[in-house]
Amino acid sequence: MNKIPNAITLGIRRGGLEIRQFARQRESVVFTLLFPVILLIIFGSVFKDTIAPGVTFSQYFVAGMIASGLVNTGFQALAITIPLERDFGALKRLRGTPMPASSYFIGKVILVSVSMVIQILMLLGFGLIFFGVEMPTEINKWITFTWLLLLGSACSTSLGIAFSIVPKSGRGASAVVSPIVIILQFFSGVFLIFTQLPPWMQQIAAIFPLKWLTQGMRSVFLPDSFAGQEVAKSWENGRTFTILIAWLVIGIFFSVRKFKWDRD
Amino acid sequence: MNAIEVTGLRKSYGQVHAVRGIDLSIATGEIFALLGPNGAGKTTTVEILEGFRRRDSGDVQVLGFDPHNEGRAGREWRNRIGIVLQSTSDSGDLTVFETIDHFSGYYSNPRNVAEVINSVGLDEKAGSLIRKLSGGQRRRLDVALGIIGNPELLFLDEPTTGFDPEARRSFWALIEKLRGNGTTILLTTHYLDEAEALADRVGVINNGQIIEISTPAELGGRSTAQALVTWRDGDAMKSEATDNPTSLVKKLTAQFDGEIPELTVTRPSLEDIYLTMIGISRE
Repeated sequence: MNKIPNAITLGIRRGGLEIRQFARQRESVVFTLLFPVILLIIFGSVFKDTIAPGVTFSQYFVAGMIASGLVNTGFQALAITIPLERDFGALKRLRGTPMPASSYFIGKVILVSVSMVIQILMLLGFGLIFFGVEMPTEINKWITFTWLLLLGSACSTSLGIAFSIVPKSGRGASAVVSPIVIILQFFSGVFLIFTQLPPWMQQIAAIFPLKWLTQGMRSVFLPDSFAGQEVAKSWENGRTFTILIAWLVIGIFFSVRKFKWDRD
Repeated sequence: MNAIEVTGLRKSYGQVHAVRGIDLSIATGEIFALLGPNGAGKTTTVEILEGFRRRDSGDVQVLGFDPHNEGRAGREWRNRIGIVLQSTSDSGDLTVFETIDHFSGYYSNPRNVAEVINSVGLDEKAGSLIRKLSGGQRRRLDVALGIIGNPELLFLDEPTTGFDPEARRSFWALIEKLRGNGTTILLTTHYLDEAEALADRVGVINNGQIIEISTPAELGGRSTAQALVTWRDGDAMKSEATDNPTSLVKKLTAQFDGEIPELTVTRPSLEDIYLTMIGISRE
């Protein structure tokens, strides 16, 4: 008798399957991948001012949209699709096969990574070509960008899997998850300049990871002279790192302990 | 060794006693049908055996393992089992072939994908997206996914609900083929004719207890039950229940001197017996 395929091989195969499934759902492709670019086109066309010497609103906005792209492709996509899969009975069927749970999660991570990379490339491409967004030139900034991307997407993915236990039904999931994301985007300084928000909004946002991701991305895409205009008069990247790690631990804990394969 | 061995199985949900002390042995290679009305405890029992639910008490061995321990982590155990759940669907953005092919990768010794597609009669739909399948075709896909791993033990929870009669017949033929391979099958069904056509033995379950386990022919004393002979005598239909229908027919033959008008000899159907057992009278 042959051996049962190992968890990583199966996880990679599941990733391929997830991407194929995703690509065939036209609505989700448009919503997840094109929507941020559409927002960039709208906001970039409306707000043409510079908000600080050498910083256009588009530059500020692209940093925020990349951060919230991590939330869209990870947290939002998973917290909506996993309850649907559970409602359909697809998760229970998987549970009845020898496929290990870890393979399912590896598949989701692959899907999130691929859609995240596509989204970021599209945002940067459009920003570069149409809105004069400038790419960082220092190696330090790209190092920061890399760890923000890795940690941010891990955090977003694990929290999406964890949050998938919250919606009572697959159909209602979008109604629960989308408003949370949109409100967080407003509070965290994605659509609006963070320091211009009322302090109570800033304080609420500071609890959640999106505000820190956004601020971290600004440290990558905005000149260091802008750091003085942040709330703490600095980029606070150390703090961002700590807070993202904390949320990652929370996300992994609930994903592993509380994940539900069955409706009831 | 028996494929399934259950003693004293109990399960409650709050105040509701879903399963109240079930004993069950299913031999390797046997096809066993669990019959019972909705809410009788069929699905709870089967889901405990499949490792989806925890039991309150009792002993359960499935292929020599306790599903409570093996169900969560035991890939080797899952590798030997096929499960067709009662209701499953998915977003339907994959084709029949892609889905079955992918699932075949989960097992150490899967069956040939094209053969499985053929055996459930989905040849013409192999390249179709699942969302374009009819209800019956989707159900056949469910069955295909249950058998792709070449299981020693197959659970079928109401597999033919929603099938048209023709699809049901071809499904039965498929199960006969699996019987030929030596697969042990535990089937739950609402359809008495299905149990009669497929099962070596049937167990009737009601209110969380097994009322009787027997062959379909002998259930509820069916094989020894009195036969009912009816015929027309002038304007009136007459009938008589008897242990000796042959001699009654002989007597009638002499009386009518040839053909007996509208003669029928019937024994209680499995359905009659079943309905009596679960306490529903026909008329």
